[in-house]
Amino acid sequence: MAEEKPKLQRQAMCDRLAMEFQDDWIVNLGVGMPTLCSNYVDPTKDLIFHSENGVIGYGPLAPAGEEDRHLVNAGGQNVVPIPGMAIVHHADSFALIRGGMVDVTVMGAYEVAENGDFANWRIPNRKGGGIGGAMDLAACAKQVFIAMEHTTRDGKPRMLKRCALPITAPGVVTLVATDLGLFKVTPNGFELREHAPGWNAEEIQELTEAELIIPSDLKEFRFRD
Amino acid sequence: MKNKIYQTFDEALADVPDGSTFMSPGFSGVGVPRNLLAALHRQGAKNLTGISNNCGSLDEKVDVGTLIEAGQVKMMYAAFTSPTHPSQISPFVRMFNEGTIDAETVPQGTLAERIRAAASGIGAFYTPASVGTELAEGKEHREINGRTYVLEYPLHADYALIRAWRADEFGNLQFRLAQRNFNPIMAMAARITVVEIEDEIVPVGELDPDKIHVPGVYVNRLVKIPPDGIFD
Repeated sequence: MAEEKPKLQRQAMCDRLAMEFQDDWIVNLGVGMPTLCSNYVDPTKDLIFHSENGVIGYGPLAPAGEEDRHLVNAGGQNVVPIPGMAIVHHADSFALIRGGMVDVTVMGAYEVAENGDFANWRIPNRKGGGIGGAMDLAACAKQVFIAMEHTTRDGKPRMLKRCALPITAPGVVTLVATDLGLFKVTPNGFELREHAPGWNAEEIQELTEAELIIPSDLKEFRFRD
Repeated sequence: MKNKIYQTFDEALADVPDGSTFMSPGFSGVGVPRNLLAALHRQGAKNLTGISNNCGSLDEKVDVGTLIEAGQVKMMYAAFTSPTHPSQISPFVRMFNEGTIDAETVPQGTLAERIRAAASGIGAFYTPASVGTELAEGKEHREINGRTYVLEYPLHADYALIRAWRADEFGNLQFRLAQRNFNPIMAMAARITVVEIEDEIVPVGELDPDKIHVPGVYVNRLVKIPPDGIFD
């Protein structure tokens, strides 16, 4: 049974996305799994972490006992200030986002489609949605990376031809890390760039609704050194 | 100079009539005007419309959810009208799905900008956020320089309940770190702005004019949080 094989851990998925961050990028990490991206530190790159509550340039999670109750990231986690940090109010924080200053936002998702649409704010049979800043970020960040499990708990694909759930933004996703691999969104659909160890392209395709492009230079998933 | 300092939160909110619209700032539990929300809960005004990032958290602390649970709120404008995890059922979520409260889901940046527009005398604005989603359905769209935007209108309020770090007696305000969030724009957008102060209210002239986040002209009432008040 393919499903019983080990899959990638969440930290490995987020490490892989963080490896794509470039020097001097302004990075916005969504609540939940994406915050793990900040655990991957590349000393050759200076990153500026922006949080939608108006914190520009925050540091790592605060060690126990050293929390400042006035300083949290978008997920409500206490972070430490680092030299050069700046604070703005909420309207200016989103001016920064809509103004195109954010180089990449990393978010979780329920579904991603091969046309770059994704859905992460509303589930069926429930009124309302947990939208937060996701629509502003998705529409205006230069790139949108997604970190999510490849299938639902029931084993249904999340990598789709078209999203079934209400979308967060159309055609914006550029890169997806799942527990089965790394996928680039191209004009022709999902390209499998890297596969999880022990998984081949056919097995990953079986768990994917959209048709995957399998390049001749398909590689094994890259872990942190 | 008119005296803006009130001795209790209850006195500062005694005149809130039924049917008022109020703004309640805060993000992830930071910068939430919990003492004023508790006072509004005690005061008992009903049929309120609330403008807030979320509709109450699941912890035991006083927040906008306290007023919602008490049935004081008929309508919410918020970026979170469902919890971040589907298993979390707050009083708001239950009431919203039962139909005993109404709500409009607003992308967070649009929410902030609608508040700033109200504060700034802007009649409406176009934003790219939500274009192509169900939240943009029925709204006016316009293509400007090759990009599509939707039209959004300001959100005004009768009262803003504000949490600040420090004030002077005229109401000039300073915030500390991420406490700032929605506080300055809400303080500027409401007709009556009531502020709870964590640290101290200093005499006029003691705050550096270059380090004021909200000028006192926007602030109507100040209450220093007493030692037995809510600081977290």
